[in-house]
Amino acid sequence: MEKVWLLVAVAASVVARAAAVELTFELPDNAKECFYEEIEKGTECTLEYQVVTGGHYDVDVLVEGPARQILYREIKQQYGQFQFTPDHTGTYQVCFSNEFSTFSHKLIYVDFQVGDEPQLPGVGEHFTAMTQMESSSQKVHENLNSIIDYQTHHRLQEAQSRKRAEDLNERVLFWAVGETLGILVIAVGQVMILKNFFADKKSNQAAY
Amino acid sequence: MTSKTFLSICLILGVFCAFSEGLYFHIGETERKCFIEEIPDETMVTGNYKLQLFDPRTGGFMPSSPGLGMHVEIRDPDDKIILSRVYSSEGRFTFTSHTPGEHVICLYSNSTKWFSGSQLRVHFDIQVGEHAIDYANVAQKEKLTELQLRVRQLLDQVDQIAKEQNYQRYREERFRQTSDSTNQRVLWWSISQIGILVGMGFWQMRHLKSFFEAKKLV
Repeated sequence: MEKVWLLVAVAASVVARAAAVELTFELPDNAKECFYEEIEKGTECTLEYQVVTGGHYDVDVLVEGPARQILYREIKQQYGQFQFTPDHTGTYQVCFSNEFSTFSHKLIYVDFQVGDEPQLPGVGEHFTAMTQMESSSQKVHENLNSIIDYQTHHRLQEAQSRKRAEDLNERVLFWAVGETLGILVIAVGQVMILKNFFADKKSNQAAY
Repeated sequence: MTSKTFLSICLILGVFCAFSEGLYFHIGETERKCFIEEIPDETMVTGNYKLQLFDPRTGGFMPSSPGLGMHVEIRDPDDKIILSRVYSSEGRFTFTSHTPGEHVICLYSNSTKWFSGSQLRVHFDIQVGEHAIDYANVAQKEKLTELQLRVRQLLDQVDQIAKEQNYQRYREERFRQTSDSTNQRVLWWSISQIGILVGMGFWQMRHLKSFFEAKKLV
């Protein structure tokens, strides 16, 4: 009997193919990065992406199905979410493009969730209803999942703001030093040029 | 075969089946692909990967390439290498962070070619914190009932949330310091710029006045 349960569990883990991957990667300028996944039809998938740093904080996103049909296409988006349930089993691809940018690298966060979260082993295999304890602990688990999700979004927003602030800090320093040098050069230059005007006149007068 | 062996074999098979067909991407043989994970300290990160070499004869990817290896290099936020090893073409790596911050995980094949060889397909899956814990394994090792396992999962989740909140406080402090520094720099720069302008103005006038006096024009 136990072995039957185990076989059912293994079969379920093979068929269910539930996976969620969160990746943060750097997209160089003029580059396109694609991620592929084989998805069975009927599995609900969610794609979430956000540009964390780089340039104008925008990226082109393209989601294509197995027959190269376009499921989702956005130009120059900062963040977005796309939910879809595929009608056909096959290889789906998600492409991020930074081809419109000439010199800014972008840091992109992707969260690709295929199917539901895999259940704890043993849960969901009962034929009887769950007790109150079990169902309230399930509720707590779902709430905690949602807290972790909010935390992730908060972290990304904070990372974006912090990197902007660090960029600004650096730029202020360069600007201050650059402008100081500029003022000094112009001040000395003006005096030199004025002196030059009068010196020429003097030598011209002397020539006559 | 004892039921324990059977259970462990089934679990191992289940684990392998679950990740061998996950998300994948293509890289060149000599190319490096890096992923960044911003994590608090004492957090476990597990990565599963599978490397496949392009087979020009069939136009597809070979199901397994035993000769190929994957070099995994992990750097901590201070740019120190905490893991740098060559693994086989399929496997998993784990590390635990000791400092909070951005860890960089770089993958590249140990191919000895100098120019970009053929394409590689890399199946990759990365799990952080409580997602990295294999509850089936925990249940079996500690003989927990379902409810106990669920409570253990909730405890791990809450632990991760607390760590992340703590890390958030540290990041926010860094952000505040950066903003304060910018504020100070702008203030000092404005004052010094006025000072420099006034100073240069005086110098110019004095210098020109003495120049014209010397030229007997004034």
